[in-house]
Amino acid sequence: MVKDKKVVFDEERCKGCELCVNVCPVNIIEMAEDRINSHGFHPAEVKDENQDTCISCKQCYQMCPDVCITLYK
Amino acid sequence: MSEKKLMKGNEVVGEASIRAGCRYFFGYPITPQNDIPAYMSRRLPEVDGVFLQAESEVAASNMVYGASGAGARVLTSSSSPGISLKAEGISYIAGAELPAVIVNMMRSGPGLGGIQPSQADYFQATKGMAHGDFRLLVLAPSNVQELADLTYLAFELADKYRNPVMVLGDGMIGQMMEPVEFKEMIDPDDLPKKEWATDGAKGREKNVINSLGLVAEELEQHNLNLKAKYDQMKEEEVRYEDYMMDDAEMAIVAYGTTARIATSAIDKARDNGYKVGLIRPITLFPYPENRVAEAADQVDEFLAVEMSTGQMVEDVKLAVNGKKPVEFYGRTGGVVPTTDEIYEKIVAMRGDK
Amino acid sequence: MEKIAEYPESLDNQSTHYCPGCTHGIIHRLIAEVIDELEIREETIGVAPVGCSVLCYEYFDVDMHEASHGRAPAVATGVKRVHPDKTVFTYQGDGDLASIGTAEIVHAANRGENITTIFVNNAIYGMTGGQMAPTTLEGQKTTTSPYGRDIKESGNPIKMTEMLAVLDGPAYIARVSVHNPKEIRKAKKAIKRAFKMQLEGKGFALVEVLSTCPTNWGISPTDGLKWLEEMMLPKYPLDVFKDIEEVE
Repeated sequence: MVKDKKVVFDEERCKGCELCVNVCPVNIIEMAEDRINSHGFHPAEVKDENQDTCISCKQCYQMCPDVCITLYK
Repeated sequence: MSEKKLMKGNEVVGEASIRAGCRYFFGYPITPQNDIPAYMSRRLPEVDGVFLQAESEVAASNMVYGASGAGARVLTSSSSPGISLKAEGISYIAGAELPAVIVNMMRSGPGLGGIQPSQADYFQATKGMAHGDFRLLVLAPSNVQELADLTYLAFELADKYRNPVMVLGDGMIGQMMEPVEFKEMIDPDDLPKKEWATDGAKGREKNVINSLGLVAEELEQHNLNLKAKYDQMKEEEVRYEDYMMDDAEMAIVAYGTTARIATSAIDKARDNGYKVGLIRPITLFPYPENRVAEAADQVDEFLAVEMSTGQMVEDVKLAVNGKKPVEFYGRTGGVVPTTDEIYEKIVAMRGDK
Repeated sequence: MEKIAEYPESLDNQSTHYCPGCTHGIIHRLIAEVIDELEIREETIGVAPVGCSVLCYEYFDVDMHEASHGRAPAVATGVKRVHPDKTVFTYQGDGDLASIGTAEIVHAANRGENITTIFVNNAIYGMTGGQMAPTTLEGQKTTTSPYGRDIKESGNPIKMTEMLAVLDGPAYIARVSVHNPKEIRKAKKAIKRAFKMQLEGKGFALVEVLSTCPTNWGISPTDGLKWLEEMMLPKYPLDVFKDIEEVE
């Protein structure tokens, strides 16, 4: 269980565009298959077990058109 | 009041605007109002104002929209075809509830038309300036002093109602030279601050100048708010002048320079025993319909005289509401009616009455 | 843990109406970041276009004007002449700037109007449902070029940036893209430089940003990025076409 997340997605704002998925150099972003937000999109996520793998490159933040991603280091 | 000067109508528009605290002019050359941009280009730098000859009337009306939204008193001027080009911008100005003063020195049309005076933009000014449910407050001077006074007033009314105001002249009044006195110079810094204007969101929520409304019920309410303004104009801003109406048996209704010619015709008619008077609308919107309606109880008949094929006559008919006959006399294409022609029409109408 | 990336202050924190994967969102964020970094939020006035980004007056947390189609540079001129000490920018799409608004942008640029224009080029008209734009590529199918853009009928895709760079008025004219993080960073640099030109009173600055329109291109957002790279870059090369500080 990760106490402090490095990559936090605003799941309600995510439009499921998947642009973030391909730009992560450590491939930790996935589209959540098991849930959709109130707009009907599968939000992007970084699973808890993958949080520590984040190298803080900020490429996902750069790519997200909806500024859904908040990053911590 | 300044001392009396002999000045050309077009230049008077410029000076009166500057006296009213206007420091921004955006426009484009078109005959017969070129003296207005020329005067502003010379005079505005003298008062630390900005003159910009835009790339088109379209661009000019959008510059007015921007400058007005930014909080300034701003003027644009043109003549008939150029006013058509401004139409889109004017609708946006009205929809965004911005003040602006637009001067139209009417020339004959339609299309490229001619450069001589007409009154053929009456419908455009009062009814169909552009798309949407808005109205222009329209002021119609009939001499150069009145042009100065109404231009000065236009800025005040534009700010009061947050609506575009049109000063509707014609090629004659723009080119005429008459003695004129101007009101006191207003320093724009002394004008009350417009809290809604865009001057940088420091210490406040952002201001948005906008006419887009995608939620129908909200846009409806906005339109009703606009209508309330126009109703208020109808209550508070109607202006007209009577000439020899006290015992009149026939009323001529005419505005602008045509009214002056009609006045001469009335004088001649009076000399020959005809009891004719003139109701001269000064505001074309709001139209002095109550005055005309009231006159319908007094006179036998009405004659509308215009430099067109008949536009304001329809408003006379509306106000008279079928009570008495309304006839029309006009010249168009740039032809100016003469005193005698109007007199002949009076005689033809009064006949053996 | 410290926050290293979050919502910029100059963007109103709300969900936008843009399609999933539409790069308008990235460009909005870059502009907002630049405004934040230059600390000019309280003295910035933006002018919104007609097009998909018509509602950007809701998204930028600065004073904003809506403008009629194509006229944003004229509106911005009016604002800047009244407030020469404020930062005024226009945000326009390819219909707004390269079609109906060609006179207004040319003359604002030619006058050296001290404003900043961000020109979003996605080779199509988005808001109205995917019609051909002056920037549409040869052979590209749109709702008004169902057989593909025919050069004989409709002319070539227009190069606004190159044309404007020829004039003496502009201080900075550049074309950038947002199809990957590296280009996004370069785009931000160009946008920042364009705003700085205004702050330094150097004249007119324009940044054309190549963008995607997955919905009207009929492909996924990720495929859209590829389409931009493969099809648009050859026709719209990325470069700085004019920089007044690099002129001897």
